[in-house]
Amino acid sequence: MIERDLVIIGGGSAGMAAAIAAYDDGLTDVVIIEKGLQLGGILNQCIHNGFGLEEFKEQLTGPEFMTRLAIEVHKRNIDIRYQSNVLNLTKDKVITYSNSLEGVVKIKAKAVILAAGCYERSAGAIQIPGERPSGIITAGMAQLYLNEMGCLVGKRIFILGSGDIGLIMARRLTLEGAKVLGVSEIMPYSNGLNHNIVQCLHDFDIPLYLSHTVTKTIGKSRLEKIEITQVDEKFNPIPGTEKEFEVDTLLLSIGLIPSNDLLKKLGLPVSKARGAIVDEHYMTDIPGIFSTGNVLHVHDLADYVTAESRSCGKGAAAYVSGKLNLDAPYFNMAAGKNILYVVPHRVRLANLDTHLTIKFRVNQPLQNQVLTFTFNGQVIKKIVKPIIIPREMQKVRLPKELFDRQDGELIVSSEDR
Amino acid sequence: MMKELICIICPRGCRLKVDNDLNVTGNLCPRGIIYAKTEMTNPTRVLTSTVKINSQNAVRLSVKTSQAVPKGKMFECMRELDKVMVEAPVHIGDVVLANICDTGVDVIATKDIEE
Repeated sequence: MIERDLVIIGGGSAGMAAAIAAYDDGLTDVVIIEKGLQLGGILNQCIHNGFGLEEFKEQLTGPEFMTRLAIEVHKRNIDIRYQSNVLNLTKDKVITYSNSLEGVVKIKAKAVILAAGCYERSAGAIQIPGERPSGIITAGMAQLYLNEMGCLVGKRIFILGSGDIGLIMARRLTLEGAKVLGVSEIMPYSNGLNHNIVQCLHDFDIPLYLSHTVTKTIGKSRLEKIEITQVDEKFNPIPGTEKEFEVDTLLLSIGLIPSNDLLKKLGLPVSKARGAIVDEHYMTDIPGIFSTGNVLHVHDLADYVTAESRSCGKGAAAYVSGKLNLDAPYFNMAAGKNILYVVPHRVRLANLDTHLTIKFRVNQPLQNQVLTFTFNGQVIKKIVKPIIIPREMQKVRLPKELFDRQDGELIVSSEDR
Repeated sequence: MMKELICIICPRGCRLKVDNDLNVTGNLCPRGIIYAKTEMTNPTRVLTSTVKINSQNAVRLSVKTSQAVPKGKMFECMRELDKVMVEAPVHIGDVVLANICDTGVDVIATKDIEE
C-alpha cells in the first residue's frame, strides 16, 4: 500500500489553507484529493465580490481568492488528485479513493484532514406541499449553471430562504434578465448578511417577505405557480394570508449542511453544528484524523475557513512530528445559555502557544448581552454585545493565562445585561 | 434629516448615519465615510459577471469592473458584456473590455484560464 504523511480530503479554501500550513511547518509529503477538475471548490462559482478582506486586506471575488491560495499550493510540491472521490476512510487512516486514471487506490496516511465542505439543504428536507414539477432547485445549483456554464435556470423566479447564496442569486439573475418576484424567509429576521440585503434586494426593489414560507407548488411538467403564506411564532401558516406568484422557478436557499459522511463511517459522533467533535487543533477523537472548514461547522466567510484551516494544518504537522502531547490533561467546552454550538469541544492547554480561539453562534437574535466564559465555576471573561444574531459567527481569543488549571469545563453563555 | 445606510463595502455591514452636511457616523473604518458620501450623491457598485470564452477548459470567464460604476448603468454594462467573446489564455487582471459604457472603468478577468 502507498504510504503518505498527510492526505487532505477536499481542495477548496479549507483543504488548500491546511495543505500550505502543514507544508510550511515541515510536513512536505502532502496529497490533496479533490473531486472537481480544479482547486477552489465552491469559490469558483462565487464570482461576486466580498472575499479576502480578512486574509488579504482587499476586496476579491471568489475565483480571485481561490487563485491566491492555489498559487501558494502550486509553489509547494503538493500532490493533487483531481476528479477523485474518496470511497472510504478507516480508523487506521487508510483512505480509498477512485478516479478514471488510477482506478481504485488505497493510501495509508500518518494524518488525514477532512475538508470536504458542505452541501445545500434541498427540497426533500422541507417537504413543501404540492406538485413536483421541474424548476425547483437549490440556489447554489442555479449559481453553478449560470456562472460556470452560462445557463439561466428560469425567467420568473421566487427564492425561498434568505441565506446569502439566495440573495446573491437574486441580484445575479436580475442582472442577467430574469425577473425575481421576491424572497421569503420563515424566520422574522433575515439570515443573510446586511450588506447583501442592501445590494442584492434593495438595489433592485426585490421584496423580502419575513415570517413567510412557500406553502404550495403548482405545475405539471414545469413549475407554474407558487403560494406563500405568513407564519405565526410557531411557524404554522396563518390561513387567509396566502399570496400567489406566477413563476417558472423556485430557488431554495435554506441552509448548508456539513458533508460529514466519512464521520459516520468512522463511527465518530456528530456535533450540534453537524460536524466532528474536535480539540484545539481540530483533531477528532481518532488521533491523526482532523476536520476543518465548512465540514466542521458552516462558516460565514471563506476568510474564516482559511484561518481555521491554517491552524488545522499546523496541528497536523505537529501531530506527525510528535509535537502534540496527546496525554496532556484537557478541559471540555460546553454551549451554555443562548448558545447553539461551540468549537472546539475539547482543549489541551499544554498544546496551545499563547491563545485559545473559540468560535460559536447564539441560537436566537438577542440584545444587550454579555458573552460570558465560565471556567470551573469562575467567570474568566466577559464581553458586552449590544446586538448578537445567529448568522454571525462569534470568534473570541482567550489568552492561556486566564486558565488556572488544565482540566474541567469551560461554559460559553450569553447572559442578559 | 438623518439618513440611515448599511455599508456594503465589506461583509461587516456597518450601520451608518449620515446628516444633511454629509457627516458620517457608525463606521468602523474610513471606507464607510467614502461609501456613505458616494451613496448619497452618486451611488456606485462594483459589477461582477461572466463573459463567453473560447477555451478547452471553460465556457465562461468571470469578470469584474476594476472600480465601481454608477448604479444606474449596471444594466447597460450587462448588455455590453453580453457581446464580449474572449480567447484563452486569460489571466487575472487582463482587460476584457476597456472603458465600459463610457464610465472610464475597465472590465477585467477574475480568473486564470489556460488554452
